[in-house]
Amino acid sequence: MSKEILDQVEEKLNAKFPGTIVAAELLYDFAVFTVKHDSVHDILKFLKEDADLNFHFLTDLTGMQTADEKQLGVIYHLHNMPKNRRVRIKTFFDINKPEIPTAVDLWPGANWMERETYDFFGVRFKGHPNLVRILNVDEMDIFPMRKEYPLEDQVREDKEDKMFGR
Amino acid sequence: MADEIIKKSKLEIAKQPEGMEGPGFFATKVDDVIGMARANSLWPLPFATSCCGIEFMATMGSHYDLARFGMERLSFSPRQADLLMVMGTIAKKMGPTLRQVYEQMAEPRWVLSVGACASSGGIFDTYSVLQGIDRIIPVDVYVPGCPPRPEQIIEGIMKIQELAKNESGRRRHTPEYKKLLNSYGIE
Repeated sequence: MSKEILDQVEEKLNAKFPGTIVAAELLYDFAVFTVKHDSVHDILKFLKEDADLNFHFLTDLTGMQTADEKQLGVIYHLHNMPKNRRVRIKTFFDINKPEIPTAVDLWPGANWMERETYDFFGVRFKGHPNLVRILNVDEMDIFPMRKEYPLEDQVREDKEDKMFGR
Repeated sequence: MADEIIKKSKLEIAKQPEGMEGPGFFATKVDDVIGMARANSLWPLPFATSCCGIEFMATMGSHYDLARFGMERLSFSPRQADLLMVMGTIAKKMGPTLRQVYEQMAEPRWVLSVGACASSGGIFDTYSVLQGIDRIIPVDVYVPGCPPRPEQIIEGIMKIQELAKNESGRRRHTPEYKKLLNSYGIE
């Protein structure tokens, strides 16, 4: 089933957007596409509006940072409810220029998810109506989920490094 | 008559403070009388954010029954409360709210910090959690535990009662107290 989804979507995307699909693979029996970030909005729009594919529901939108710390990513989970088919769209871009078009015009539900991704990873969604922090305090000047920032608060004096294997 | 009933039952009432007693009069210090009254009628404001709050519910319930200490009436308005009970993890985003609640309380006011999170951040040593409420408001008594049992919370309350009982009437007007508040940026 997942293999069929992968093949069908890959064929359609390659026909419509040649050269923008970086990778199409089956991960844990789940169709995953890695696409170039400058065409991600067009691809999402096509996946949503194409009558045959009909991925009309945005299940989740989140961010990630690659292990080499040089790239940020945004992941979209799409769902076609009538046929119960799902795909995952990944896109990566330079951490020094974290800009990507918003998906709010396609799915209003992307609004808070993009704010959260901005809050934790600092991804700037161009065209977002209100891109401000949503969960963390407004005064925070870091993006806490990035690997360059420490997880711990750095004010505790009761923790000895050797107790934590550091 | 009332004395006899009290003597027969195991009921204890607040002991009268030390003083001079004679036929038809009793003389003692104002501080002692006020301290006794305050200690036995503290109105707590529960600021419960997580599991320590659940332990507080058990503390207020019939089994442990905090009402024995004159605390039948929880105050959900800081303006009428004497004792702020902070129970649970305080996120940095919650910090200004907690501080505002403290500032709205009228003097005299006491603060009981219940549990590891409120006292020090506990296991949540992370960018989003306040590492102890004493970074934003002064605390009178800390109750350790994760979460503390109701007995421990009662112990903390009794320590607060001791403070209330023995506090000088002038304490809240002393320069030391003003200095303490100023160190937290509270006027």
